[in-house]
Amino acid sequence: MILWLTIGFLVAAVLLCLFRVARGPSLPDRVVGLDLLSSVTVGFIAVYAVVSGEMIYIDVATVLALIAFLGTVAFAYFIEKGGMPWRKT
Amino acid sequence: MAQNLSAFLMFLGALLMFIAALGVARMPDLFTRMHSSTKSATLGVGLIMMGAAFHFGEVGMTMRAVAIIVFLFLTAPVAAHMLGRAAYFAGVPLWEGTLSDALRGHYDRRTHRLLSDETVQEQLTEGDTAS
Repeated sequence: MILWLTIGFLVAAVLLCLFRVARGPSLPDRVVGLDLLSSVTVGFIAVYAVVSGEMIYIDVATVLALIAFLGTVAFAYFIEKGGMPWRKT
Repeated sequence: MAQNLSAFLMFLGALLMFIAALGVARMPDLFTRMHSSTKSATLGVGLIMMGAAFHFGEVGMTMRAVAIIVFLFLTAPVAAHMLGRAAYFAGVPLWEGTLSDALRGHYDRRTHRLLSDETVQEQLTEGDTAS
C-alpha cells in the first residue's frame, strides 16, 4: 500500500518536471528540469526493483545515474561556450 | 521490521523528490529552482536507495546502493555548479525581488575568470580616472 503511495508521489514529481521542461523560459531552466527528471527516474527504478523483487534493476539505476551526470555536464558546457545566441543582450 | 523500515525510507525519499519537483515547477527564477532541486533530490535518491538496500538485505545490493549514493553526492553539486555558472554567463535574468547579486562585475566576460574584490575596485577607480 505505502509503495503505491510512493509511486504516486514519484509520478507527480515526473509530471511537475515535465511541466518545467515544456514551460521553462530559458534553456538552463529546461536543463534543470531534465536533471531532476533523471534523478526521479533513478529513484523510480529503485522503487520498481523493490515492487517486482528483481535486484537486477538496480544496475540500470547505476548506469542511468552515470549517464545523467554526463548529459547535464555536456549541456552546461554547451551553454557556457555557445551562450544563448537567440537572446538580444 | 526491515520491510517496514524500507517502505518508510522509500516513502520519505519519494516525498522529498516530490517537494523538489514542486520547487522546480513553482520557484520564480533559475537559481531558486536549482536551490530547490539539487539538494532535496540528492537526499531523496539516497533515502530510496537505502530503502531498497534494507528491502533486499544482501551484500551485493547494499554495495550497489552505497555506490549510487556516493556517486550522486559527488556529482550532483558539480553538475549544479557547472549549470549555474553557465547560466550566469548566458545572462539568465534573476528574480525581480532579488536583493543583491554578489557576483555582479566580478566575472571577466571574455575569459570567464572570477576576479577578486581588489581587482574589481582597481578597475572601477581606473575607469573613474580615465573618464
